[in-house]
Amino acid sequence: MPQDSTSVHLNITGVKVHSYDAIVVGSGISGGWAAKELCEKGLKTLVLERGRDVRHIKDYDGTQLNPWERPHRNQQTTTDKQNSPIQSKCYAFNEVSKKFFVNDNDHPYEQSKPFDWVRGYHVGGRSLMWGRQCYRWSDIDFEANLKDGHGVDWPIRYNDLAPWYTYVEKFAGISGSKEGLPQLPDGDFLPPMQMNVVEQHVAAQIRKNFNDRVMIIGRVANHTTKVGTNRGPCQYRDRCHEGCPFGGYFSSNSATLPAAANTGNLTIRPFSVVSEILYDKEKRKATGVRVIDANTLEVTEYFAPVIFLNASTLGTTQILLQSKSEAFPNGLGNGSDQIGRNLMDHHYGIGAWGLVEGFDDKYTAGRRPNGIYIPRFRNINKATERKDYVRGFGYQGGASRGRVTDAEGIGADYKMALLEPGVWGIGIGAWGEHLPYEDNTATLSTEKTDKWGLPLLKIDCTFRENEMKMRVDMRESAEEILTKAGAQHVSSHDGSPNPGFCIHEMGTARMGHDPKTSVLNKWNQMHEVPNVFITDGASMSSSACQNPSVTYMALTARAVDYAVKELKKGNL
Amino acid sequence: MNRRQAVSRVALLLGGTILGAEFFLSGCKAPNNDKNFADNFTEKDIAFLNEVAETIIPTTPDSGGGKAAKVGEFMKIMVADCYFENDQKVFYAGIEKLNQASKDQFSKGFMNLSADDRTALLTKLNDEVKEYKKNKKKEDPTHYFDMMKQLTLTGYFTSEVGCTQALRYEAVPGRYDGAMDYKKGDKAWAT
Repeated sequence: MPQDSTSVHLNITGVKVHSYDAIVVGSGISGGWAAKELCEKGLKTLVLERGRDVRHIKDYDGTQLNPWERPHRNQQTTTDKQNSPIQSKCYAFNEVSKKFFVNDNDHPYEQSKPFDWVRGYHVGGRSLMWGRQCYRWSDIDFEANLKDGHGVDWPIRYNDLAPWYTYVEKFAGISGSKEGLPQLPDGDFLPPMQMNVVEQHVAAQIRKNFNDRVMIIGRVANHTTKVGTNRGPCQYRDRCHEGCPFGGYFSSNSATLPAAANTGNLTIRPFSVVSEILYDKEKRKATGVRVIDANTLEVTEYFAPVIFLNASTLGTTQILLQSKSEAFPNGLGNGSDQIGRNLMDHHYGIGAWGLVEGFDDKYTAGRRPNGIYIPRFRNINKATERKDYVRGFGYQGGASRGRVTDAEGIGADYKMALLEPGVWGIGIGAWGEHLPYEDNTATLSTEKTDKWGLPLLKIDCTFRENEMKMRVDMRESAEEILTKAGAQHVSSHDGSPNPGFCIHEMGTARMGHDPKTSVLNKWNQMHEVPNVFITDGASMSSSACQNPSVTYMALTARAVDYAVKELKKGNL
Repeated sequence: MNRRQAVSRVALLLGGTILGAEFFLSGCKAPNNDKNFADNFTEKDIAFLNEVAETIIPTTPDSGGGKAAKVGEFMKIMVADCYFENDQKVFYAGIEKLNQASKDQFSKGFMNLSADDRTALLTKLNDEVKEYKKNKKKEDPTHYFDMMKQLTLTGYFTSEVGCTQALRYEAVPGRYDGAMDYKKGDKAWAT
């Protein structure tokens, strides 16, 4: 099926019709930002999305349904499990939101070792169902690789990104509290959500019992006040992953794509599976992309002087590896052999919970779509240095008062006992840093192809000694924190989810100083193909332990600013 | 102590990784899709299951019970669509088993029992489940009455009657109050 890419240059009409100022591959959280920034800078921009269109609000059907209007009351059916054995494990997959997750049977991949690849192929990508937690990184994170020797040094530091964090936070609308923590820099926040009475109590107890850790309200891309003219405020329904009819949280669909469209410069083409990036070895530049129509299988080529790859970490990897040419036999810009290596996620699913007594006269109202955060407190300075592992973890969690469920028997008394709130519980779970290992890889299958004729991705990724030692501490410290904070019946748990299941995959086309050991420079620009920029998770040189999306947003806005300046200077 | 509720709330906050599948999804063999298991349920079965649900969660002065909440119909949908094959069989055979237990104890079928006798019978089955669970091995099937009771609880408390009469429900809360005053007897939120 692949055509000779040189032949298309003879098709003058085709080039004209299919030419844009910029192409963005992918419409998720980073692709949406690339589209907005490019369009606002006046570039006619084509966004290619492999899945269907999802229109803001109009296509969030079902989210207004009350529990009793949902036939399975949000439970998964056996058919769901058969069609999507991996996707259906995700907490955000329910009776209404499942339309935003891929059918695993249609989108297979190979797992050398268990790896859960959770995906949404539609306009907006996973920005529709994301967890919305937004934490800046600090220099503790950007300097980590250099200091302990894992991976390659980040070619940027916090100061390079700080103004861009501010820039994207202002537009995205992220609520949070300012805390003055060196390991978790404050941002430009909307008013914070409220900690409930038990969380406030536990936070005070933590402050009293520990001098190195604090509990703060989660920083979340739910809008506590209206953002712009029509986004939010959040209505505390806690149905975010079904799409929000109030535009109460940031997504590509609610925010960046409408902003891009408002410029008149945006073209979105759904059902566009990008099979490869076209490369001209004379000019030493990419010329465009080849697209397979997801429905008709028709192949079309699109051209632009600058290309942003935002197809998600693994999607981007797949496209790069498929883009083989005489100049790049192992994939576009892969002279370093680093494309597809250093695959990281966060390791999580481990923590503790307990009961908190003494608050029977308090309850909550509204369903807060956010929890609390205990920022990293290990290996952040000399005093907190660990001998057994490097890097660190943070905790997310929350307190809540559930309904009574331990009543016994049947009948009227039983029923009446079930109608009241029960005790308060609090839980915290850790999100830990995953080191970059060269042999945690995504490669192309040599045997199997998908229904578009493209080789499947083959994933081989594990957590290792550093992560396992950290997990011991993650579990013990969770118990310790809750116990010292006065929780009762504290117990810990470890679900040991597979790599990938945290849905924070990153690292397979990393940034670095040296073209020999990295794929991208400090501007997220391919060392070897200067008019291709990669600003999704693939670009990350390390994983830190914070949720990464806001960092992708900041990297994207910064990279577009640079790319357009270079373009105007005639350097691309 | 509502450990289960606390854990499931926490599980949600932590990304749902603590709890395994709900107990009624414990089987492993998916049902045969050639025919819909729902077709096995007759009108009489639904009526029967409604009365079972009504006995577990009866109508009280403030709110309707399992029957008003149409729990029988809900059970049919859940067993057909969400249960694996072995659990479907256990559940469906349970309808006759429950009726037989009624005949053994009262010499008449469950539908012909007085409300008090129904309560007595299901209380006994509830105790039987407790005993069964004590020695239940992982591979043993779930007790049919355990399934009926759990489905009744889920079905009732997610029904309109359960959410809006028995409990409190707000589709669009519009605010979060993390320190609302509470006095004993105030109803819990449905979600």
